[in-house]
Amino acid sequence: MSPVSLRRWSWIHKWSSLACTVFMLLLCLTGLPLIYHHEIGQMLGNEVEAPALSPTQAGAAPLRADLDRVIAAGKARYPDKVMMYMSQEADEPALWFLTMGAHPNDEKFVSIAVDARTAQYVAEPPIEGGAVMAFLFHLHVDLFAGVPGKLFLGFMGLLLIVAVVSGVVLYAPFMRKLEFGDVRHGRTARLKWLDLHNLLGIVTLVWTLVVGATGVVNTLADVLLQYWQSTEIAAMVKPYAGQPMPARLASMEQSVQHARAVQPGMAVAFIAFPGTPFASPHHYGIYMRGDEALTSRLYKPVLVDAATSQVTDQRTLPWYLSALLLSQPLHFGDYGGAGMQFLWALLDLATIAVLGSGLYLWLKRGRAAARPKAGTASKPAPQPALAREGESR
Amino acid sequence: MSAGFRSLWGMPILLGVLTAIGLVAGLLGDGWWDLVSVTGLGVPVVVGAWHMFKPAAHRR
Repeated sequence: MSPVSLRRWSWIHKWSSLACTVFMLLLCLTGLPLIYHHEIGQMLGNEVEAPALSPTQAGAAPLRADLDRVIAAGKARYPDKVMMYMSQEADEPALWFLTMGAHPNDEKFVSIAVDARTAQYVAEPPIEGGAVMAFLFHLHVDLFAGVPGKLFLGFMGLLLIVAVVSGVVLYAPFMRKLEFGDVRHGRTARLKWLDLHNLLGIVTLVWTLVVGATGVVNTLADVLLQYWQSTEIAAMVKPYAGQPMPARLASMEQSVQHARAVQPGMAVAFIAFPGTPFASPHHYGIYMRGDEALTSRLYKPVLVDAATSQVTDQRTLPWYLSALLLSQPLHFGDYGGAGMQFLWALLDLATIAVLGSGLYLWLKRGRAAARPKAGTASKPAPQPALAREGESR
Repeated sequence: MSAGFRSLWGMPILLGVLTAIGLVAGLLGDGWWDLVSVTGLGVPVVVGAWHMFKPAAHRR
């Protein structure tokens, strides 16, 4: 590598890293407990579990309560509120989570867990997993600044990708005279940390790129959903423009049966009620998911007339929403069991070490950088001191 | 591929490919796929940890 291009890449690496390091450290530190949010939620008692059934109930398998009774259980608890959403997690078919509010776009909504087998009220799980997890979650996702906060973190993620790529370019001149994994102990502390920075950086390279890039994609979620609502959903509900909300909502049980009939083999992921952004004033939006590892991540929206319970339209998600949905597991590391979770945590810690050592190398640059200026350098080669030190052995 | 290229990039490329296989395998299924996934992601972590914590006397 020519001295000029080496200096250029060093400049890119230094400034892209410095600009994002503080935020990346924050994201790594808050991300660590978020990897284990289910376990922490269980520990804090914030995770809802389906109650055990009595032997007579369990004997009457397969038990699945009428969805209109499930909704009635929520209405009994909040007679003045309307349904906004109901959803089911893929790994917990015994629970329905109802979201209810004073109106279909109420930000002060309540969340209610109802037993999917008996239609009995179970619990009201704390919003976002309780105060502590909600705090960490917002620090990680939007810095308590909504969509602009997300987009800002997305931009920081882009800088991280630039820093990683420029770091890989710089790996070659630094490592040319070293073997893979060499860590020079016993000389300066800075040299040892330089080697550790290079080692951990190159070992975590692909993981950091993937988690960084999928994180950036996730920051675009709101923007992509808004775009989809204003284009495809708008087109789906256009024939119903101006029609009022039905005075009486059609049976949810029948609506879901009709949706299942057009999408056999799929399960309901969530249902958006009339007036919410994922439905229309006149429709239920029933979002189905597949039952295989890959297809369970993707949704198929079925639009059902909320007055007649008949299917109006169904679509495949556009590529950008499929990309968003597939990027989520790759960011969360929640798709390969406990082993993957643990490796995710270790890789996160390694990334913290890369960030921290990078910061340390920059703070300790003074001595190394001052040498050529003072004219005491033995080699007059016009290369950044950082790289020269890396090449000498 | 020159010997210099191999000694410089061989290991990083191998670990990168393993990581990529690990990341994708987990998405494709459960059970065996998860085992492939944990292996792919685990080898780079083990290699990194070994070089990080190996005794200083082992260096050439």
